Amino acid sequence: MFDLVSFIPRAIAQSIPLLLGCTGETLSEKAGSLNLGIPGVMYVGAISGVIGSFIYEQSCGGNVNPFIAIMIPLLACLIGSLLMGLLFCFLTVTLRANQNVTGLAMTTFGVGFGNFFGGSLIKLTGSEVPSISLSATSHCFSKALPFANDMGWIGKIFFSYGFLAYAAIIIAIVTAYVLKRTRVGLQIRAIGENPATADAAGINITKYKYFSVCIGCMIAGLGGLYYVMDYASGVWSNDAFGDRGWLAIALVIFTIWRPNIAIFASMLFGGLYILYLYVPTGGNMAVKELYKMLPYVVTIIVLIVTGMRNKKENQPPESLGLPYFREDR
Amino acid sequence: MNKDIPAVQMRDIRKVFGKVVANDGVNLDIYRGEILSLLGENGSGKTTLMNMLSGIYYPDGGQIYIDGEPVLIKSPKEAFDHGIGMIHQHFKLVDVFTAAENIVLGLKEEGKLDLKKAAAKINQICSTYGFDVDPNQKVYNMSVSQKQTVEIVKVLYRGADILILDEPTAVLTPQETEKLFKVMRNMKYDGKAIVIITHKLHEVEEISDKVAILRKGQFIGQLITKETNAQEMTNMMVGHEVALNIERPEPVDPRPRVRIEGLTVRSSDGVLKLDDVSFYVCQGEILGIAGISGCGQKELLEAIAGLQPIESGTIEYIEDDGSKENLVGKDPLEIAAKGVSLSFVPEDRLGMGLVGSMDLTDNMMLRSFRKGRSVFTDRKTPRKLAEKVVEELEVSTAGINTPVSKLSGGNVQKVLVGREIASSPTVLLSAYAVRGLDINSSYTIYDLINKQKENGVAVVYVGEDLDVLLELCDRILVLCDGQVSGIVDGREADKNSIGMMMTRLGGDA
Repeated sequence: MFDLVSFIPRAIAQSIPLLLGCTGETLSEKAGSLNLGIPGVMYVGAISGVIGSFIYEQSCGGNVNPFIAIMIPLLACLIGSLLMGLLFCFLTVTLRANQNVTGLAMTTFGVGFGNFFGGSLIKLTGSEVPSISLSATSHCFSKALPFANDMGWIGKIFFSYGFLAYAAIIIAIVTAYVLKRTRVGLQIRAIGENPATADAAGINITKYKYFSVCIGCMIAGLGGLYYVMDYASGVWSNDAFGDRGWLAIALVIFTIWRPNIAIFASMLFGGLYILYLYVPTGGNMAVKELYKMLPYVVTIIVLIVTGMRNKKENQPPESLGLPYFREDR
Repeated sequence: MNKDIPAVQMRDIRKVFGKVVANDGVNLDIYRGEILSLLGENGSGKTTLMNMLSGIYYPDGGQIYIDGEPVLIKSPKEAFDHGIGMIHQHFKLVDVFTAAENIVLGLKEEGKLDLKKAAAKINQICSTYGFDVDPNQKVYNMSVSQKQTVEIVKVLYRGADILILDEPTAVLTPQETEKLFKVMRNMKYDGKAIVIITHKLHEVEEISDKVAILRKGQFIGQLITKETNAQEMTNMMVGHEVALNIERPEPVDPRPRVRIEGLTVRSSDGVLKLDDVSFYVCQGEILGIAGISGCGQKELLEAIAGLQPIESGTIEYIEDDGSKENLVGKDPLEIAAKGVSLSFVPEDRLGMGLVGSMDLTDNMMLRSFRKGRSVFTDRKTPRKLAEKVVEELEVSTAGINTPVSKLSGGNVQKVLVGREIASSPTVLLSAYAVRGLDINSSYTIYDLINKQKENGVAVVYVGEDLDVLLELCDRILVLCDGQVSGIVDGREADKNSIGMMMTRLGGDA
């Protein structure tokens, strides 16, 4: 039988990078910026955190202060992803470059950036295996609530995660609330739907686009950080992050641009993502590969269903992917 | 406030775009409790002038005074601060937002976003002036006139007491226009200053107290509406005598050219667009099609041109010798080869038929590129055609190598209609040919259409302006929600009965 108690925590741990990536991308898309650079941003976020914590661990020789061990990678990660966000905005908002091309280029760049510095750090450590292990930092990141172990399966399912996992859920809820209920959210959505209208209403389009994309990138970058520091127990190896960034973008469509739905949808995706490990398939690798398809198949089905329902609210923001230029006609 | 001091004085206003002088030496006085019409042809600088008042443009010269005080208006926000609100021709609304969300958008009110409070305030404004707005209705569910109402309420919500309406009636039915005029009068009695930009003379006469006339950016004069008449205003507007009658020659030898029986069309998402439509078009006559926008006109024309899949019904093309051929299921190219020509001018004027980034010659080629004999296209004929259209229709352009999107709206339309007519069709399907055109250009187009009629072409003319339909068309077919509400004689029908037929089947109250 299926071991739910061990499956669910793994699915949830798997879901956190997706949730963060998805929340960040949703925020950016709601303001009309289709940021396909998110996979790259998550890579950069991860490697920035790794670099920060590597330097810190090297300098204090294993004797880490938990607070500083968290703050340094966290700040490094936020700064790294912020810079990526600024780059994207500068190219697409200020220079009005094509968003798709820019985003794809940034993904390629981000992955290369991560692998380059990852490779360099591996060289520096001179280790046998092609990976860096930051176990001391990881220990701080993945520290679960102290009472989790005493509560049996409830503790395991609900309380066994590092703080970033809870942060991810809170960020998603806050983002959903901001977008739906506040003045700022109304203005961001207006820009994504109809920038000319927002402009006429006196909203500073450039400011809000920069704001949404950069905050979105920083949120997504945290997803990369969570992956290395918590999920992968502080072990960085090149390309290990895989296609989670793309999955996060698929998740945005799956959740019809709603971060609160994303909390559960990401868990579903996380579950589907690792389902192949839990389904007894024997040695048949082909069947395993079929299981790995599931998240994407589900996304396509959702696309078909929302496309057929044709409800306006469930459609992408109307000017998604289009540059805005006031004097255009 | 003192009623004797104008709410707005504009003195010696000048605005230049590149080398084009859009406004020069304009003086305007707008008083509270008055409706001022701003009259002028397309490109005469009406909208530019008002955009300077509403902060979208900044004047290059001259001075604006509000309540006698000199002011600088640098942005729409500053205009709002002075109580100036403008309702643009193209609505600035977010489709997936509710009316209330649209109305509060961009406002910097204190505290949390409270849509309930906003809704209460909206309802209060509505009951004061007689608007009808549901604050929680989504904009995409609204009719054009409802959207316009939201725009007006939006401006009032911001506390504007100087309102500028840019061609508000262009998209409304006569009944809706009547309703709009009623609330405009209510606002006037409430002491608001109102400017209405228009080029429809009868509206000027009906609604306004004063009329200011612009011509080619120059201020021509300000008159009291009661003391003037249509002919005088037109002459001031155009600068020379213009005959205000549209000719309507008697149809010569009208024989049915296209006969449509039981035409039913569904849109791709299953909505019934045309329901059992039957009628015929004769050669040598103009059949007008009236109806509120979006009630099947586009689908009807596209079905005839073969662009729209048909659920049931027949479309017969009748040759000169009386032989009939069913057009249903034929390729659009084959239908076009029979001489059925479609010119549709959509709201954005560029959506169908012309490619904005291509120049005039290339756009002419869109019709003829299949004709060349070799693998190379023939560019000479289209270039000549482009030159001919530019010359005959007085298209103002820097040259035939200018991308069409750089032309002004009216000129784009002339290019489109000119090209369609040049293909010497036997059936001319024309929709909104004069959409947004000024009097002079409109009359050029009416003349062109009349000339086609005299040449024995069967013309289907979809129009917005009922007055024009009544003057131009031999018969008028009225559509209501995709059904034929009635076919009336253009010489005998009156505007009100057609207006009723547009909103209710058969026109019964």
